[in-house]
Amino acid sequence: MDIITANRLSDGAVVFLTASGWSTRIAEAQALEGKESVAAALARAAADAEASIIVEPYPVDVERRAQGLTPTKLRERIRAQGPTVGHSKDLHLQVQAA
Amino acid sequence: MYRYDEFDEAFVRERVAQFSDQVARRLAGDLDEEQFKPLRLQNGVYLQLHAYMLRIAVPYGTLSSRQMRKLAFIARNYDKGYGHFTTRQNLQFNWPALKDVPEILGHLADVEMHAIQTSGNCIRNVTADHFAGVAADEVADPRPYAEILRQWSTIHPEFLFLPRKFKIAVTGADADRAAVRFHDIGLQVKRNEAGELGFAVWIGGGMGRTPMVGYQIRDFLPEADLLAYSEAIVRIYNLYGRRDNKYKARLKILIHEGGAETIAAEIEQEFNEIRYGVLRLPDDEIRRIETYFAAPDYPTRASESVPFKRARLADPAFDRWVGNNVSPHRAPGHAIVTVSLKPIGGVPGNATADQMDAVADIAERFSADEIRVSHEQNLVLPHVALEDVKAVYDALAAAGLATGNAGLVTDIIACPGLDYCALATARSIPVAERISERFGNPERQQEIGPLKIKISGCINACGHHHAGHIGILGLDRKGEEFYQITLGGSGDETASIGEIVGRGFSTDEVVDAVQQIVDTYIVHRESSEESFLAAYRRLGPAPFKEALYGTA
Repeated sequence: MDIITANRLSDGAVVFLTASGWSTRIAEAQALEGKESVAAALARAAADAEASIIVEPYPVDVERRAQGLTPTKLRERIRAQGPTVGHSKDLHLQVQAA
Repeated sequence: MYRYDEFDEAFVRERVAQFSDQVARRLAGDLDEEQFKPLRLQNGVYLQLHAYMLRIAVPYGTLSSRQMRKLAFIARNYDKGYGHFTTRQNLQFNWPALKDVPEILGHLADVEMHAIQTSGNCIRNVTADHFAGVAADEVADPRPYAEILRQWSTIHPEFLFLPRKFKIAVTGADADRAAVRFHDIGLQVKRNEAGELGFAVWIGGGMGRTPMVGYQIRDFLPEADLLAYSEAIVRIYNLYGRRDNKYKARLKILIHEGGAETIAAEIEQEFNEIRYGVLRLPDDEIRRIETYFAAPDYPTRASESVPFKRARLADPAFDRWVGNNVSPHRAPGHAIVTVSLKPIGGVPGNATADQMDAVADIAERFSADEIRVSHEQNLVLPHVALEDVKAVYDALAAAGLATGNAGLVTDIIACPGLDYCALATARSIPVAERISERFGNPERQQEIGPLKIKISGCINACGHHHAGHIGILGLDRKGEEFYQITLGGSGDETASIGEIVGRGFSTDEVVDAVQQIVDTYIVHRESSEESFLAAYRRLGPAPFKEALYGTA
């Protein structure tokens, strides 16, 4: 299962493709099954990159776990959830919860 | 400190205006990402794992209190309230919005700062010994030469599209605190037998995936030839350096593949052709630049201070901090204070906005308004009177900055790693934090003595692991982080590249492995006077392999 991620052009925030646009919450990401739906979603993302809404879209392999959609790779989990340490960690969690 | 002249001021302002226009055109969709990316990189803006990152140049690591306060202001208003000091003596903000970057650069220009040439395939911010100008062992202050190199290399029309990035470091003492042998050009200011100033010159050092200690091309280059010789080196590199493979594009690879003597002969020939041209440095110009870096007028003081000695006797924690974080100053009755950005269990190199303001205030009051950033991710107060050291310590302690661990096992260099970096293969900061906690006991650290642990989260080696006495490289193995350990590296005047000790360790194992290495050193050292590095060089890897893997 895949989702599409990118960074928002104006502020760089990590965003996920939803049924209607982009969200900073992975929980709202549109889960994609099969090559065709991934390709179609990437085409939507490419149009938004072209329209200078987001940059560098790419698909991320995810699983449905108890806590919701979760990337299988550590890099993508950190990207979705924020740094695991340091000054940003708590702030990031606050923003996610807001 | 160096002050911008009219040209510098106008140039930086023009650059802010130019980049502001480019950002506006990007946000409006008039530039696409492919067009914009090289422009943003030339202005220090990366797109990292979570967000944009802005890398701000701190030329030769020297900051005024006013500049530090401006960094605090930016951290507070445009980022998440902190900044990260790097191994290139720069400052990185991890969360700026692209739309805010023009405004941030405007604020920086107000205090004579910028982010120009902190990225891209150009000559990067020139680094220098963080004790420059005040070290007791120094021949001459290296910063005037670093400033001359900065002026020469800034938008040098021939060198803006080099095969790859190009790094220069300058030191003024035999004790190499600037790792000059790990730079594309490393310079050590020295005097020849006639007493004239000049430089020992190394070329082609570097870390990354192919670490190399620099090749010494000159034992003594006359002062006046600094720019002509540097131009010759970069010109030969620009001409012959590989552009077909970015991993083989650095000067070190050219020297390795072309042969050091062959490349050196090319450089000398080029130098001879341009030596007496426009790049020959006029003596009066060097002396003029030097005046910017003149030390403050130190009041005459006794070389010892009774209140200072009493304070050391009265407060063991202060005494320990002095032992590790205070270094000899060339002026009697003064000291150089290292402000550790390595709290036990904390993120190496991070400072909050409040801490930046605190350091600015302390520097204004006690250090002639001057602060340095070290490549070891600490700050330095270069001009402190011995009598004021206790007051400085107390003020630092109030800001959470009085960790007395400079040069010890918990004074760890770590890159941002997979928590922040788009290139990383494993996390660095959590490993640094856990090692710091493991060895955090002050008596234990003191017993271990000088020990440099350096951690990189990928093969690009931003955490300088190749030069760590104990180096740790984080890699990805089948989706799991694992850590390769190297031993015996050093970035000083005895530069060496660490050797891989054996198979790597999981996240759970790596801190225990470091402890086993340290314990093995303690058992095998001849006395507490023999440092980890000296012991490793005497013993070789065998006892460490035995301890880690049970095989000699």
